[in-house]
Amino acid sequence: MAWAKKVMRVNLTTGRIGSEPLNMDWAMQYLGQRGLATKYLTEEIDPKCDALGPDNKLIMTTGPLTGTMASTAGRYSIVTKSPLTGCVACSNSGGFIGAEMKTAGWDMIIFEGKAPKPVFLHLENETAELVPADEIWGTSCWHADEWIHRKYQDPLMRIAVVGRSAEKGCLYAAVVNDLHRAAGRSGVGTVMASKNLKAVAIRGTRGVGNVRDITAFMAAVQKGKKVLADNAVTGQGLPRFGTNVLMNVINEVGAMPTRNMREVQFEGSSRISGEAMHEPRESDGKPNLVTNAGCFGCTIACGRISTIDRGHFTISNKPQYWGASGGLEYEAAWALGSDAGVDDLDALTYANFICNEDGMDPISFGSTVAAAMEMFAMGVITKQHTGGVELKFGSAEALCWAADVTARGEGFGLELGLGSKRLCEKYGHPELSMTVKGQEFPAYDPRGIQGMGLTYATSNRGACHLRSYTVASEVMGVPVKTDPLVTEGKAELVKAFQDATAAVDSTGLCVFTTFAWTMEDIAPQIDAACAGGWTAQKMLETGERIWNLEREFNLAAGISGKDDTLPDRMLKEAAKTGPAKGKVNNLHEMLPKYYEIRGWGRDGIPTNETRKRLGLKSGGLAA
Amino acid sequence: MRITLKLYAGLGEFLPPGARDNATEVEIVAGASLQEIIDRFHVPRERAHLVLVNGVYVNRSERDARVLTDGDVLAVWPPVAGG
Repeated sequence: MAWAKKVMRVNLTTGRIGSEPLNMDWAMQYLGQRGLATKYLTEEIDPKCDALGPDNKLIMTTGPLTGTMASTAGRYSIVTKSPLTGCVACSNSGGFIGAEMKTAGWDMIIFEGKAPKPVFLHLENETAELVPADEIWGTSCWHADEWIHRKYQDPLMRIAVVGRSAEKGCLYAAVVNDLHRAAGRSGVGTVMASKNLKAVAIRGTRGVGNVRDITAFMAAVQKGKKVLADNAVTGQGLPRFGTNVLMNVINEVGAMPTRNMREVQFEGSSRISGEAMHEPRESDGKPNLVTNAGCFGCTIACGRISTIDRGHFTISNKPQYWGASGGLEYEAAWALGSDAGVDDLDALTYANFICNEDGMDPISFGSTVAAAMEMFAMGVITKQHTGGVELKFGSAEALCWAADVTARGEGFGLELGLGSKRLCEKYGHPELSMTVKGQEFPAYDPRGIQGMGLTYATSNRGACHLRSYTVASEVMGVPVKTDPLVTEGKAELVKAFQDATAAVDSTGLCVFTTFAWTMEDIAPQIDAACAGGWTAQKMLETGERIWNLEREFNLAAGISGKDDTLPDRMLKEAAKTGPAKGKVNNLHEMLPKYYEIRGWGRDGIPTNETRKRLGLKSGGLAA
Repeated sequence: MRITLKLYAGLGEFLPPGARDNATEVEIVAGASLQEIIDRFHVPRERAHLVLVNGVYVNRSERDARVLTDGDVLAVWPPVAGG
């Protein structure tokens, strides 16, 4: 059945480690990973708890296909309550540790309590122990990763780790695995550090068994891989240019958030794009991009491996950064680039390296820097605050300084670690925070792509593109082209994307497969691996159930329909250039319809009829 | 009349030598259609997936009839995606 059917429970307060069977009744309703771990979380914690207190739990979770031969089946997620938003957090990552955890025989590891001193979990198949981490506490993810590998003399060990930013309380700290993949959003790394848990180091050698019908599974998997290979996006575009191929696309359609979203087009986009990463540098004749890279079992391989010009100011005297490492994804290139007004590709790559090295979400970090730059331009933040640094839009030096001090939790970096919402509130300008529910916007201006406004406003983890990527339809024409400047039909589009993505995020597969796969391609792979009769329709129903359960968590945490909104800049300040010139986001035209088709009341609360249909508790979690 | 032609991602190979930032200036005659310009640069029709004029998408069925005007920016991509 692909599920290992085993959950490890680690009580960090007492040091007790136990094993228990996976709740298969819940697995039939929530499948795995995002959905199933959210079910566990809602059953086990008070949604009102302090996200950074011992009552919060942190769940490291795989999907039923994680570790199998299906393409991209290396995904895992970290599910917890977010300190950034107060919402349920679910951050998904690739790399190799998800598959390693499954191969060690575990669907899920639930961390609870708080260790009295820093520790890391060492797990090898059935054997697990908490090991003192005093020697690596206060060090970067990369240092800790190397230290643990050396300690066990096992290069095949897979490690997920938090950096100094998390330890210092940066509210958007990530959990970094395999050096440059990350469960990046919503501050899941901050929660891990709050528990004095530095790392999880895993070696698994058992393999993944329990596949329901191995012959059918192999046939379904092979068919799926052929679809990915034959598709121009997953077979050619993503491996060659990576996600940053979107830089010029989104700029051209006038939805490129620029300089803290004051503008919607960036004059420097072509210099920081996926295409630019292929161009030889004038200085040394080498391109930024060294090669593409794939996560476990992936036949797409969209990852970027990059270098920085050794003569560049960021690293000329730092040889530790002269080698190749994880390069820019579109989201990082946007947040570190256009949102800060910086078009220096080497500087962006350096800042990205730092985000990986010390575990920071580059989206939230870049967006927070952009807000700080706007306040610096207004004279609200001054050189007195920054210690003499000119925090100007367009300054590559300022961006890289900000990355350094935030990563290490030093000086003004501690304030940048608060995130955009709290930083802007602290300096008396909450209107300058480009956030929803406290989480920073990703790389699509909702004035130029209307559906993304509804996506951000209703996302269960705060502003996020990965909860409903209507850009695929509104810009790229996948699965069908819709007009990005109209609101008609967007409520239905957003709901469809939200439900489908929630289901895919619960499988162990990568959501990027959906540029080629429909649910009709995915369901046969799940059904062949798992008991339960997983049709495409059941997958979508499961996705809807997951979406509503996440909503119930947030409602019980005190977040309501009033929070389903956007910053005034998106609702009142019209775009100045491009196809969306003169337009704002018309959220009010989409939100009521969205509530209606969700089966929610006008207050954004699921009706009891909807709850009953989806098998959720009548009256909500609080009841 | 002059327009700006931008060919991105894998279509960059169809740009003339010396083009920078994936763009080149193109002289066109009055009444020239969008598709004529794409054909002039030997971009295979099936690879011209995302076609924008001044940032606005033009359906495949409208490209033969769509007339360009002075100063237009024509941008073309093969199928791409990201996130």
